[in-house]
Amino acid sequence: MSQFFDTIFKPEFVFAIIRITSPILFAALASVIAEKAGVVNIGLEGTMMISALFGTLISFWTQSWLIGVLGALVVGILLGAMMGFFALRLRTNIILVGIALNILGSGGTVFLLYLFTGMRGNTSSLSSPNILIPTWNIPLLKDIPVVGAMFSGHAVLTYVAFILVFVVWFLLYKTSLGLNIRAVGENSNAARSVGISVQRIQYIALMLSGALSGLGGAFMSMYYSQSWNTGIVAGRGFIALAAQAMGRGEPVGTMFSSLLFGTAQALETRVSGIQGVSSYLVASIPYVVTILGLVLYMLSAKRKVRRLHQKLKNRQDAEQRT
Amino acid sequence: METLKTAVETRDDLLAVEMKNISKVYPNGIAANRNVDFSVRFGEIHALIGENGAGKSSLMKILFGLEQPTEGEIFINGEAVKLASPSQAIAHGIGMVHQHFMLVPTLTVAENMVLGMPPKKGIIIDYKKAVDMTAEIAKRYGFNVDPEARVMDIPVGMKQKVEILKALLRGAKILILDEPTAVLTSKETVELFRQLRLLRDEGFTIVFISHRLNEIKELTDRMTIMRGGRSMGVYETKGITEQQISQRMVGRDVILTVEKDKSQPGDVILEVRDLSYINEWDKRMLDRVSFNLRAGEILGIAGVEGNGQRELVDILFNLREPEGGAVYVNGHEITGLTQRRIRDLGVSLIPEDRMVFGIAGDAGIADNIIADRFDKKAYNRGPIFNMKSIHEETDRLIREYRIVSRDRNQKVGMLSGGNIQKVVVAREFSSDPILIIADQPTRGIDVGATEFIRARLVELSRAGAAVLLVSADLNEVMEMSDRLIIFYGGHIAASFDDTTTLTDELMGEYMLGLRTQASEPKEEKTHV
Repeated sequence: MSQFFDTIFKPEFVFAIIRITSPILFAALASVIAEKAGVVNIGLEGTMMISALFGTLISFWTQSWLIGVLGALVVGILLGAMMGFFALRLRTNIILVGIALNILGSGGTVFLLYLFTGMRGNTSSLSSPNILIPTWNIPLLKDIPVVGAMFSGHAVLTYVAFILVFVVWFLLYKTSLGLNIRAVGENSNAARSVGISVQRIQYIALMLSGALSGLGGAFMSMYYSQSWNTGIVAGRGFIALAAQAMGRGEPVGTMFSSLLFGTAQALETRVSGIQGVSSYLVASIPYVVTILGLVLYMLSAKRKVRRLHQKLKNRQDAEQRT
Repeated sequence: METLKTAVETRDDLLAVEMKNISKVYPNGIAANRNVDFSVRFGEIHALIGENGAGKSSLMKILFGLEQPTEGEIFINGEAVKLASPSQAIAHGIGMVHQHFMLVPTLTVAENMVLGMPPKKGIIIDYKKAVDMTAEIAKRYGFNVDPEARVMDIPVGMKQKVEILKALLRGAKILILDEPTAVLTSKETVELFRQLRLLRDEGFTIVFISHRLNEIKELTDRMTIMRGGRSMGVYETKGITEQQISQRMVGRDVILTVEKDKSQPGDVILEVRDLSYINEWDKRMLDRVSFNLRAGEILGIAGVEGNGQRELVDILFNLREPEGGAVYVNGHEITGLTQRRIRDLGVSLIPEDRMVFGIAGDAGIADNIIADRFDKKAYNRGPIFNMKSIHEETDRLIREYRIVSRDRNQKVGMLSGGNIQKVVVAREFSSDPILIIADQPTRGIDVGATEFIRARLVELSRAGAAVLLVSADLNEVMEMSDRLIIFYGGHIAASFDDTTTLTDELMGEYMLGLRTQASEPKEEKTHV
């Protein structure tokens, strides 16, 4: 047990949390935007899988990590547009479109990889250092003890992920696109009645959502596991949905719930090193935390509703008395 | 009906809106408007009045570009226009305040005001300017709204003001208000009327949709009365009494008679005692309603829609929970029982919304017919269905009820309205019911099916079933019922044990709340 505490009370553990949180955060922010526009994007997992593959392939072909990341981003946008085409234009149920995309992500990628490279199941032989996302040692910060070890030296995309929390908030609450997104998601009739094209806004939201999950995919294959393989995303697209729900669909709240799930995963990797603990049990930690988190969230939401109800009742009683 | 001078349009009158010969026929064949002429003068408050289903909303949807007329022309300020969408109507200076508010609850009042056209500073919304714009226009027209409050936190009356201001901000000169007082308290209504008069004095033109006579008398300058999709005339409000309005609003175009023997009432089958219901907006929809229904008689419930009839029927079939009171069928209390148990007591329901509660549109006729009896022994052979007996029963009912269909497996949703209702009726009437609740049983269906269903209802009641007939069709309730109750505002406004002496005029006055039985002289009361 002391061995366990030794590992978690170290700056390296915080560093690991931030690293592990990044891909979840990308996908969770993707979910925030879609959800705000009133479309449920459960295709995050598949989008991440496919863009992760294309990130690796494009960076290998061009020998540029940056073009690889941009490629993953574009693939993400295209997949978002595709979801929009099926769900908004052809009126397919969006949940089914998401499921189809997820299946495409797990099966189609293997096929595409074989088609393009002849490799089966993973791209480990494609890796070379210059096609991976570089890390950034922040000047000054890196020299501060403890803090430097926690926050400096992360992949460039990790910093992007956390900056995006602010960007998404700004987009949703300060721009007219954001106002339209929120209006469409909450009362599409109201939006339509003032001449906003609901379909156009939802298309844009799905494409933005795809772009963000594309970055999450690139992070996985071009940094986190250094190459692409069939199990690379491992449910992060779904954990992100939970993070979005727990964060009440707000960018900052979603960042904190993503950090919670990131912590759970970081814990898993630490604990699995300890002797005498079943590795199967340990592997379930992030998923158990996800479920517990959602249960706690629902309970608190319920309590809040009850309190609101009470407040409303009191107000009515007061009005009646006057 | 006495003659009444209709308001005359002189050539010099400038018209803000003129709709000529408007007809609207929906793809399913229902005609919502038939050759309607409708015109509004500049700067007047014009009432559009009629019962639900009279075609008011449909006409206004056409004016606001939400629906396209099948026939007819529209002139705004004397200029012929095509209104293909709400944005085009807005561009012509028409604004509509819908009955269900078109507001986004979590946004602030100011954000709702500028939605779709926000003031910007670069890429950022200039929120301060939106607040200023809202405050300015609110001040100009004397509306008291808080621009920075979230819409979810403000009272209904203020939401409505926001809706009106939204239209004004978009340059509306002609305002359509769809039953604006339906959601307001009486205090808020007074406030609304004050503001509408101010707007009229400023030169705005207002169309006020309603079926509340007192409000129309109080507020409006002229009115167009609609019934059954047609205009029943245009009148100066000053020159017409509430009684005269009600005669034109409610009434029968063709008097039809139903042949039936005198009823031989038996035991009490349905007993409703002190039933109360408060809806989700805290409105009291039923207020201690009590009545009895005996075997072998037809009890009609008349009333303008929205006066508690739907709530009553839902409670009788336990689709809603009453706030107080009890319902007994054959002496068994049924509140809280499942629909299955209620049906087992011998209750049948012809629901108002047949497409949702009456049938499964994607299932075949046979599947719909056995929906309430599939677990009976006759239709099963061990764990599997006895298809032979199911088919025999379905074919028998298709013949007996003259359901026009390709075969027993045709999807019910593909049938015509009248045949869909016949499927419902075939199922509900063939389960040997002791109580039939028929809610608008012939609405929107063809004459043949209507006559068939009415004749069947009479036949079943004479054979001993108790029938509760809820209908907005005056012909139907007056001719079919042995006894009659009129609902108004969740109360029983009147009840008659003899329907033969009733007149349309009297019915109309009770249905529109101009008269209640408690407050009238004794001799006018029908005999007990």
